[in-house]
Amino acid sequence: MVEMRGISKRFPGVLANDRVDLDVASGSIHALLGENGAGKSTLMHILSGLYRPDSGTMKVEDRAVSFASPLHAIRAGVGMVHQHFMLVETQTVAENVVLGDRRLGFRMDPSAIRDTVADLGRESGLEIDPDALIWQLSVGERQRVEIVKMLHRGARLLILDEPTAVLTPPEADTLFDRMRGMARAGRTLLFISHKLNEVMELAETVTVMRQGRVVDTVPKAQVSHRELVRMMVGSPVLFDVTVPPVQQGRKLLSLRSLRVENDRGQTAVDNLSLELRQREILGVAGVAGNGQRELAEAITGLRKLQAGTIELDGFDVTGSNQRRMIDLGISWVPQDRQHTGTAPNLSIQENFDLKRYRSARRGPFLDRAGQSSRAAALLAKYRVAASGRLQPVRLLSGGNLQKIILARELSTELRVLVAESPTRGLDVGAIQTVHELLMEQRSRGVAILLLSEDLQEVLSLSDRVAVIHNGRIMGILPRARAEADTIGMLMAGVVPEDMAT
Amino acid sequence: MTGGTVSGTVPSGRPRLRLEARDQPGLLTHLAVSLLLLVAALFLAGIVMTVAGGNPLDVYRSMFGAGFGSKWGLNDTLVKMVPLTLASLGVALAFRMKMWNIGAEGQLLMGALAASGVALFAVPPDMPQWLALALLAAAGAAGGAVWGIVPGWLRAQFGVNEIISTLMLNYVALSIVQFFVYGPWGERGFGLTPMFERNTWLPRLTEFADQWSALRGLTLHLGILAVPVAIVCLAILLNRTKFGFEIAMVGDNPDAARYAGVRLRRTMIIVMALSGALAGLAGMNEVSGVVHRLLEHISPGYGYTAIIVAWLGRFNPLAVAVVAFLFGGLIVGADEIQSAGISSLLQGVILFVMVSGNLLIRYRIRLRVPETLA
Repeated sequence: MVEMRGISKRFPGVLANDRVDLDVASGSIHALLGENGAGKSTLMHILSGLYRPDSGTMKVEDRAVSFASPLHAIRAGVGMVHQHFMLVETQTVAENVVLGDRRLGFRMDPSAIRDTVADLGRESGLEIDPDALIWQLSVGERQRVEIVKMLHRGARLLILDEPTAVLTPPEADTLFDRMRGMARAGRTLLFISHKLNEVMELAETVTVMRQGRVVDTVPKAQVSHRELVRMMVGSPVLFDVTVPPVQQGRKLLSLRSLRVENDRGQTAVDNLSLELRQREILGVAGVAGNGQRELAEAITGLRKLQAGTIELDGFDVTGSNQRRMIDLGISWVPQDRQHTGTAPNLSIQENFDLKRYRSARRGPFLDRAGQSSRAAALLAKYRVAASGRLQPVRLLSGGNLQKIILARELSTELRVLVAESPTRGLDVGAIQTVHELLMEQRSRGVAILLLSEDLQEVLSLSDRVAVIHNGRIMGILPRARAEADTIGMLMAGVVPEDMAT
Repeated sequence: MTGGTVSGTVPSGRPRLRLEARDQPGLLTHLAVSLLLLVAALFLAGIVMTVAGGNPLDVYRSMFGAGFGSKWGLNDTLVKMVPLTLASLGVALAFRMKMWNIGAEGQLLMGALAASGVALFAVPPDMPQWLALALLAAAGAAGGAVWGIVPGWLRAQFGVNEIISTLMLNYVALSIVQFFVYGPWGERGFGLTPMFERNTWLPRLTEFADQWSALRGLTLHLGILAVPVAIVCLAILLNRTKFGFEIAMVGDNPDAARYAGVRLRRTMIIVMALSGALAGLAGMNEVSGVVHRLLEHISPGYGYTAIIVAWLGRFNPLAVAVVAFLFGGLIVGADEIQSAGISSLLQGVILFVMVSGNLLIRYRIRLRVPETLA
């Protein structure tokens, strides 16, 4: 069905795909497995016409193709269902299915369209009411609409980008059934995943990617969980970080049976308990979207707890708001530097003072003089490359932006630091700086919760590693026993036999 | 994400205009561009006037003369400037936080209504003038504040779009004013209340003519003093206080503000209250300083013009006041030439040109001639 040869794609600073070969057999269910950032999505965007490869060739059904847009891809029979649905909420299912379909003339025949969509749904086993409005549908139903949309346009190869990420388990089971049905009916399915269990359950063939390259393509029947994890995570080379030996102090942060919901009201953190000591880095490894964000927001007071308690240094601080948590010495380096961590059009100086401005002892007035002298000192100390303290932070590079945030979060009297993927997207030098800063705080007595999907980072820095999957802690391992493949399996939701109790 | 591929599209053979972002537009850029756009707007409006059979140059000359050319013209311009500045500062304050309060008109009306209620029923004729005026001002501010808090609270609590709610509340406020001036407070069904007692009038310059004869006949009232006071207070609030910093944070990135511990809802409601209070004060100025009674058409749309003024002043208090002064003159000038549509036409064209011309401040236009391929 598909034959990709030597596909390379470079983005500024990253080689997302490095001479990738991929063969997909007609009528099969093929999984593309890998960690985040392994290049799976990029490859699929190339195959579906969203990106153009820098080099390499593609054949679809034995014809050489070169897609300038998704429109060309769908004409050749390749359709992709994205993780984030692209549907018009206020229109009906039928309208969404034909939306943007060039074969449609100026006049539409609504009843004919409705019948076609209903027939298509029945044939493919994706029953869906063509008159339902999108906003009334559940996530699983919306996904069906997306699939029907692609089928309607003649997709013979259907690419699904992490199709179960947004689904509840029963919805996922239904989807798997439908996928098998479509494969039996002769369509080819290619899905992206980093969940081992679903790959093992559904796929006939598995292609594993790591760091932009294909590690191997294997028939599912000939491979075990552990082998797949090894291929996925490789053997990460630890960062060169000196971890000074320290005596861990008293318990600083205790999370007990936390339950937190995400924005859609689903349980994102489920009965989670963790303890964090002075001078300890507790790494929380997990694939993005497994409750890390909600956990961080719960600890820092931005998100309401549905259940559970938070204790800080022996005091119950459950239910405190963000303002109080800041005052209590909980610092937070959020994952989203631009949208959460900084105000882009405000100056560097103001971003340094985003939290501290309240503590100026000047009644209602700002301490402008103190602000500028502090800013000058922090700029020098953290070696931020900027034209001056009045420069708007939106003009800074990612690494410098992160330094601004770290400078702000670490220059207070902090007791606990919640660091979410603190080195994501940074270059090697900046990563080194961030790691050193974290170590320095550890030596000073700060308790650090490091939430990251970068195994290499978690293993290099952490005193203990906890693995989060679906909002639950799958296991906690001391540094000495934290092996990459064990952690990898736990991240993928599989408890290795030797850990099962 | 596709940026890398899109920008490298096929070079075309013709020279093309290209927009280049400026990093940090300076004050000079702002001024130069604003001036250029003003001229462009006058030119465009002039075309309309020419088509209508007028001579735009004559029109502009007599308008300018009426608004700024004499002591009397200047007096009238300043009288108009007072409510315009106060309401515009209120609007600018809310806009700074990206709260799109377009309800200054309603807030002004409610301020006028509240001040009138106090003047008519709560102030005995023998009350000292300063006390009576203070009461009126407080009532005006409170009336406007309430009309700002309602949409502010709806937005904070339920996410109700404040553009819609503030706009709708303008009509509600007008209806309430109409009810009172034709109903319980009305005088013989003319749509106006009885004249207030003298002690609730803001003193006019002409009342000091005994000491300074030059002031004789000048109707400018002491409400003009509120203008510098409001500018200074607002500038301090925005630039020097913790609350002003919170407004800047929320305006730039509400998520970052929340992250930094700003109480978003509280901030929204307070800002809307202050914004409404300023417009309410404008209303108090009109009833107490200009007409000395409440009437249906107390505002010729000051609250709407304030949106334009705030926008053109780029939400900067001093700049807003300067623009308000110019617009005061525009209103006076347009009254003078007795051609009803001119003022609105000019206001509309100026806003249109300025808003679309905003692009010029953030970008510079470059003519790109494609390189000839060897």
